[in-house]
Amino acid sequence: MSNLDAETVQFVRETMIPPSAPPGRETGAVKWMRENLFSSWFNVIMTLLAIWFIWHFFVPMIPWFVNGVWNADSLRECREILDGRTGGCFAVLSERWKQLLFGFYPQTEYWRPILMFIWLAVAAAPIMFDNLPRKLLIATAIYPFAMVWLIWGGSIWGVLSVAAGFGLGYVAFKFADRKLEGLIPLLVGLAVAVVWWLFLRGPVAGGLQSILPFGLPSVGSRELGGFLICLIIGVSGIALSLPIGIILALGRISNLPLVKMICVGFIEFIRGVPLITLLFVASLLLNYFLPPKVTFDLVLRVIVMVTLFSSAYLAEVIRGGLAALPKGQYEAADALGLSYWQAQRLIIMPQALKISIPGIVNSFIGLFMDTSLVMFIGIFDMLGLAKAIRANTAWIGIYWELYIFIGLVFWVCCFGMSQYSQWLERKLRTDHH
Amino acid sequence: MNKSVFLGALTVAALSAGAAAAATLDDVKAAGVLKCGVNPGTPGFAAPDANGVYQGFDVDICRAVAAAVFGDATKVEYVPLDSSQRFTSLSTGEIDLLARNTTWTFVRDVDLKNEFVGVNYYDGQGFIVPKALGVSSAKELDGATVCIETGTTTELNLADYFRANSMSYQAVPVATFEEAQSQFLAGACDVYTTDASALAAARSAFATPSDYVVLPEIISKEPLGPLVRQDDGAWGDVARWTLNAMIAAEELGITSANVGEMAAGTDNPEINRMLGVEGGLGDMIGLPNDWVVQILTQVGNYGESFERNVGEDTPIGLSRGLNAQWKDGGLLYAPPFR
Amino acid sequence: MTAATDPDDSSGFKLSQLIYDTRYRAITIQVLTVLAVGWMAWELIGNLMSNLAARGKDVSFGFLLNPANYDITESLIPFSSTDTNLRATFVGLLNTLLVAFLGCILALIIGITAGVLRLSNNWIVAKLMTVYVEAFRNIPILLWIIAVFALLTEATPAPSAFRGDDPTSTMKLWDTVAITNRGTYIPRPIFEPGMGLVAIAFVLSIIGAIFFVRWSKKRFLETGKTLPNFWIALAIVFGVTALVFLVMGMPVSWSLPALTGFNFQGGLQINNPFLALWFALSLFTGAFIAEIVRGGILSVSKGQTEAAFALGMRPSKTMNLVILPQALRVIIPPIISQFLNLTKNSSLALAIGYVDLRGTIGGTTMNVTGRELECVILMMAIYLVISLIISSAMNLYNASVKLKER
Repeated sequence: MSNLDAETVQFVRETMIPPSAPPGRETGAVKWMRENLFSSWFNVIMTLLAIWFIWHFFVPMIPWFVNGVWNADSLRECREILDGRTGGCFAVLSERWKQLLFGFYPQTEYWRPILMFIWLAVAAAPIMFDNLPRKLLIATAIYPFAMVWLIWGGSIWGVLSVAAGFGLGYVAFKFADRKLEGLIPLLVGLAVAVVWWLFLRGPVAGGLQSILPFGLPSVGSRELGGFLICLIIGVSGIALSLPIGIILALGRISNLPLVKMICVGFIEFIRGVPLITLLFVASLLLNYFLPPKVTFDLVLRVIVMVTLFSSAYLAEVIRGGLAALPKGQYEAADALGLSYWQAQRLIIMPQALKISIPGIVNSFIGLFMDTSLVMFIGIFDMLGLAKAIRANTAWIGIYWELYIFIGLVFWVCCFGMSQYSQWLERKLRTDHH
Repeated sequence: MNKSVFLGALTVAALSAGAAAAATLDDVKAAGVLKCGVNPGTPGFAAPDANGVYQGFDVDICRAVAAAVFGDATKVEYVPLDSSQRFTSLSTGEIDLLARNTTWTFVRDVDLKNEFVGVNYYDGQGFIVPKALGVSSAKELDGATVCIETGTTTELNLADYFRANSMSYQAVPVATFEEAQSQFLAGACDVYTTDASALAAARSAFATPSDYVVLPEIISKEPLGPLVRQDDGAWGDVARWTLNAMIAAEELGITSANVGEMAAGTDNPEINRMLGVEGGLGDMIGLPNDWVVQILTQVGNYGESFERNVGEDTPIGLSRGLNAQWKDGGLLYAPPFR
Repeated sequence: MTAATDPDDSSGFKLSQLIYDTRYRAITIQVLTVLAVGWMAWELIGNLMSNLAARGKDVSFGFLLNPANYDITESLIPFSSTDTNLRATFVGLLNTLLVAFLGCILALIIGITAGVLRLSNNWIVAKLMTVYVEAFRNIPILLWIIAVFALLTEATPAPSAFRGDDPTSTMKLWDTVAITNRGTYIPRPIFEPGMGLVAIAFVLSIIGAIFFVRWSKKRFLETGKTLPNFWIALAIVFGVTALVFLVMGMPVSWSLPALTGFNFQGGLQINNPFLALWFALSLFTGAFIAEIVRGGILSVSKGQTEAAFALGMRPSKTMNLVILPQALRVIIPPIISQFLNLTKNSSLALAIGYVDLRGTIGGTTMNVTGRELECVILMMAIYLVISLIISSAMNLYNASVKLKER
């Protein structure tokens, strides 16, 4: 210690040493791999397992896709072209993709479902994104009528006269709303509309058709199929079930014991049985429950069942939305002296429905995927068509090409919708804080 | 907006609403189209082609009835039905006629309130095995794995046959005809059993048909025929005599080629009665007098339909066998038109 | 919700009060609702009756006691074609419950694994799990069932490939397991007389382990001393059982599958339709459970972990005592509803010919007897009962973990 002073050189450094480059293992790809793939012995094992898995299951598929044959008339011809190499026979898709999308819809009328798809996108946009011009909602309001007319064809007056019923009902409702209170205006509107539909609509539509005949060629329900039928069933199911779902949800949380009991019973029953049994009811039993001499076509029966099915699920989603509303909203509505229906219409429902949209979209994804079940009751959806194509002598023995195509179509639609619903959830969350 | 879809759809439904009870002939005439239940896919018997148009031997029955009623064989709405739906669809009035390779049995006829109007194909249940299995008789199948379509009479026949011969088997139940073939070809079962006609159709579609043999045993009687609801005898008559007309026409040598010529009048009084030249058979059954002429011009006689759809020159390659005219040693025997 | 209007006592009851007085209006609305629903039900039943009468049919469940006349390959209880339709229904029900039960277990394992791994900091594993979850969640279960079944049929050898002097396929795991396109054959244990005692010992040791854990918890609360509960409990269960098993002279032998005749004989046969349904249901539901698990873990705020660390808790204790109890409250209810979905989805067995409840009462029995109405009603009722049992289990759990609100 004694000679410490003597050896001390006074030195104050005035410049910083330039930073040296980090060691090689701490930079670039190596660092990324160290941190993300090999940070511990457990991670090393997991990484190796994952690579082994990819190598064994995904890499062998590459030649199958790359060597795929797109032009051939039969599986046999595909095999001849491939000449022993591995490869898919995608020719079945080039030949049948239209059928998979549109079913047996007349080829000359393909513009109708295509227009329907586009219109659907336009109609859904203002509901999905609230920063779009509100005028687009007109397209949404017209859409249901346009869809029915475009897909099934027939006289335009039939559809227009049904739509007119809603207009009349609404006018009557507005008129009565000024004079009366409570539920009565709604009932008046409904009564006017029903009278129009039952007694006046038919003659008026018939008369107009004879004066100004205008319509599209009719297309029967049997000719619908493929992706188109899934979309029709899915969209009408979810749209029709929304009002029923709202009523069921309100009924379930209402303090009227009998109403509550009926709603709970209905919801639990529908949610407790598999959809396939309800579809069996649609295909086997529903006609037994209708008055004699009345038969609905199968697609409509399926839509009825799917609507009942999804309304029970939507009721639960909306109930969640109602429960998530702060109690203050209900109390504020009461404090303003609003009646039950006014409060629901003006305060509760707009907010509850808004927070329920992600849940509704998720229900729709589920419902859309479930439409594949209609193949079991003789409707040619995409899977049903795949079955029919595989029964054809030219394509017997084909599996994966069709299933991959169908899977891809479903995946693109459902993944898109689920991304939307996640985006919306994130957006709604920031709204609240 | 949501209710509107429903009501819009209701309008559509109203357009397609039909009738379920008696007086089917009038209802069919009013609807302008015959609703006919068919199999969604059995090559040769009923299958949609790439345009969705149904073709096949069973389909020809639908077309023939439409030709008889409307004079236009294309006025048919085909309703594809699986085996579980077919009787309900008929009894609830969703279809007017079921021509879906359906076996005529007591229970179906009596208990399920149907009326079989005849037999358009005499079939029987058989077995197909790969040659490599080295089996030459169904009696050697003890312990075998059998592919079978669920929910059909074949399932019951199979159970009976193995029980009667004290053999054991393992069933691989499959949902559809094409699935059964896929399973069989992949070796998931040793044997595939179904109606012999379908076996032939299946075998013809295999990549190497010669590697498979159909065993000689036929273990059941499967008279396949069209059927209608029991509550309407008049409509049953239309279907029955349409089928009979096709069979009788073959026996009498009337074909789609010469029917025009014969309709002008022949020396054979039965032909004249059938073709509406003499007598008023059409009036009696409630159809136009040229109904048989329409059937034969547009669809052809039984033999023509057979050869076109399932005969030896088609990929199905069935021989007439039991389905030959009674004069040729078969079972086809149409009652006289008189 | 609405404020009650003051009743006007002096004038007595007026008819308009039924609509305007909230006290009476509740009754009016309920009566009207019940009347409407009752009228609808009356109409439907009336239509049904007149339709049935018009077709000369009746409603009767007598067919359940008639012989079924068909065979069922996969059955947990003995069944032959001479047994009744009722027994066939029961066989189908057991098959449904079997695939649902095993499916729930496998789906839970897959789901937890995938959910946790998706949060892992291993990039490739996390991405792989994302691909799995997004692929399975967005493609219909029906397609997966068909695809897995096709895979099992196409990618595995037929039994004939095992035959001959130079077979193209061989049995796995020292000749004890055969994977074929008909199914997988595994050794089947054959229990000999002493096995009963072993089973009793097993049950007793489980009870013992439960008592031990209770005692240990009580001791922990009283003295603060801890024991490695899990390992000791495991030792009790397996130690005792193994001891009894050895003492009894290992009373079990194995039946091994062997190729004789057309098929593999012996061993336990697990058919491909069952395997395909089981795997497809588990993978599909597993993807949903993975998302639930991931969401549940993410839902516990980071502050909880940090607080636990600040208290000096070790990571394993933090997980067990802080994170999991909070996450489970979020995770378990949706998982149970996924189990419910899995059970209902098992009815899609009809795509691949697995004979479940729908395949018996809603399939062959219905086709053979032509009793659609009775069969469909019975089938729906059975599914409903299963669902209600599962959802009442969920309600019990929900009630037990409910946050006590002010």
